[in-house]
Amino acid sequence: MKNKQSWIDQRFPLSKVWNEHLAEYYTPRNFNFWYFFGGLAVLMLGMQLITGIFLTMYYKPDAASAFASVEYIMRDIEWGWLIRYLHSTGASAFFVIIYLHMFRALLYGSYKGPREFLWILGMLLYVLLAAEAFFGYVLPWGQMSFWGAQVIISLFGSVPLIGPDLLVWILGDYAVGDATLNRFFSLHVIVLPLLLVVLVFLHLVALHHVGSNNPDGIEIKENKDKDGIPKDGIPFHPYFTIKDSMVVVGFIWILCAVIFYAPALNGYFLEHANFVEANPLKTPEHIAPVWYLTPFYSVLRAIPPMFGSQFPGVLAMFAAILIFFALPWLDRSPVKSIRYRSPIYKWALGIFVVSFVMLGWLGLKPVTPTYALLGRIATALYFAYFILMPWYTSIGKTKEVPTRVTE
Amino acid sequence: MSEQTIDLKKRRFLTKATGVVGAVGVGFVAWPFLSTWKPSAKTKAAGAPVDVDISKLESGQLVRVLWRKKPVWVFKRDESALDALNSEDLISKLADPDGTGNSKNQQPKYVSSNYRSIENKEAIAVIVGVCTHLGCSPTYRPEPGASDLGGDSWKGGFYCPCHGSKFDLAGRVYAGVPAPTNLEIPPYQYLTDSLIRIGIDQKNT
Repeated sequence: MKNKQSWIDQRFPLSKVWNEHLAEYYTPRNFNFWYFFGGLAVLMLGMQLITGIFLTMYYKPDAASAFASVEYIMRDIEWGWLIRYLHSTGASAFFVIIYLHMFRALLYGSYKGPREFLWILGMLLYVLLAAEAFFGYVLPWGQMSFWGAQVIISLFGSVPLIGPDLLVWILGDYAVGDATLNRFFSLHVIVLPLLLVVLVFLHLVALHHVGSNNPDGIEIKENKDKDGIPKDGIPFHPYFTIKDSMVVVGFIWILCAVIFYAPALNGYFLEHANFVEANPLKTPEHIAPVWYLTPFYSVLRAIPPMFGSQFPGVLAMFAAILIFFALPWLDRSPVKSIRYRSPIYKWALGIFVVSFVMLGWLGLKPVTPTYALLGRIATALYFAYFILMPWYTSIGKTKEVPTRVTE
Repeated sequence: MSEQTIDLKKRRFLTKATGVVGAVGVGFVAWPFLSTWKPSAKTKAAGAPVDVDISKLESGQLVRVLWRKKPVWVFKRDESALDALNSEDLISKLADPDGTGNSKNQQPKYVSSNYRSIENKEAIAVIVGVCTHLGCSPTYRPEPGASDLGGDSWKGGFYCPCHGSKFDLAGRVYAGVPAPTNLEIPPYQYLTDSLIRIGIDQKNT
């Protein structure tokens, strides 16, 4: 065994990588509930890749047969329903995890220096994941697939000057059709998964370079013992690998409960209209994206057309996502963790969470005058969190940060 | 040979020149790949004009045809509907009633302003049934006074279920709805009195 290992080690840095990233990778010992979700996100990526590969074996990316091929998987392929629901419900579960993972960063200031680049890689992952989910939703070619694609792609048609040509280029046709479905399939199963896997790798490289943040928001590397090991760190393996595998068991238990008893979650994970095949002549009564994209859809609807163009709303929608990238430079607070932040920051974060959830809920509803007004208020509060951040993070009394972790 | 010094200036120039030529090369190679996303020859052929026979079209009746894969409505308006299109009451509620503002590119020059149809064929409307907001297909609601669409103030028209935009029976958009412009009128011409060709402009006579 020893010989085999050294034979490999002379030719490949196996033990070195193992030690650097697992056995001797020191992780803060005070991780709490909020630190489960990075590992779970990797688990979900793996599950989506494996279930996706098996779905591709039967799915047909052709406007004439796509819908039927999905029903074929659901009804006639042995265990096909399970693979399909693992994939479609898994997409929603993936976003639940990602949103909690991102909220953790807001809670404990994980985006602040020296982790700015780690945050940017994470935000790129989020944007790509949203695109991946959108393309995936088009593939079953139900009514929501078709009209959702129609609405989202129409956004690009509102770009001044080049809009109409850009629209036709994206569609490959004069309307959403076979060409569109086929290229979205290619993007969904090849381009974006490849990019996602590469970016997850880079995200982990960046993480292991700067080290994990923790609920106290202090750098454990600043307190090392005489061997150069952080006093508040414990090796990732076996401590956190064991802990995380318990979390995985619990998570899979919840996921299975949803998949077996409510795979479409009453229209929230798979909308009812998507069980009807796409019909280019008839729009469903009510169109909404799946829940994880509704906050941004609400921002789009909150901005009225200006100068005879829908473009300002489209810009606002993209700005609502892109402004997250600027977070490390908007936050001027001397402390990272919510535990030591000023009360005004706690209020700001609370209002932001309420406005985000409000936008998400409104995005599922039809537009009425009351909802439109609520949407505008929530949009203003959403942007205020970012735009006013340099101001409210530089005032208010922060608590003193301890030098060692507190738990 | 050994006494020759390294000419750093020349090296930098060559590095940059190689980079620039390489970038141009990447651009040229990218073009065919990006062009594959444009509509194919077959798709363009399928975008050819379509003919619609209106000899059997009753007053108030609407037929949908697909032109370039978009729904196009061909429908016949009765006298009272045409009068309503001219009424001040309706026109005051529209965003761009004569199609000269934001909607000026939404119709060919040869259609009249209030009816948005070809001269002497006022009753027949030909409109692309795609909402100018985000591309849903509005529903045909010709009945004046529909209670769910504002009662007496509703003169008949189209209602988009996606985001609540309203249009009149000439496809003109109401003010204060999400859709920014009037519905598009496609290029079309009369081959005979009862045969319309959609997709080709009327010739000047």
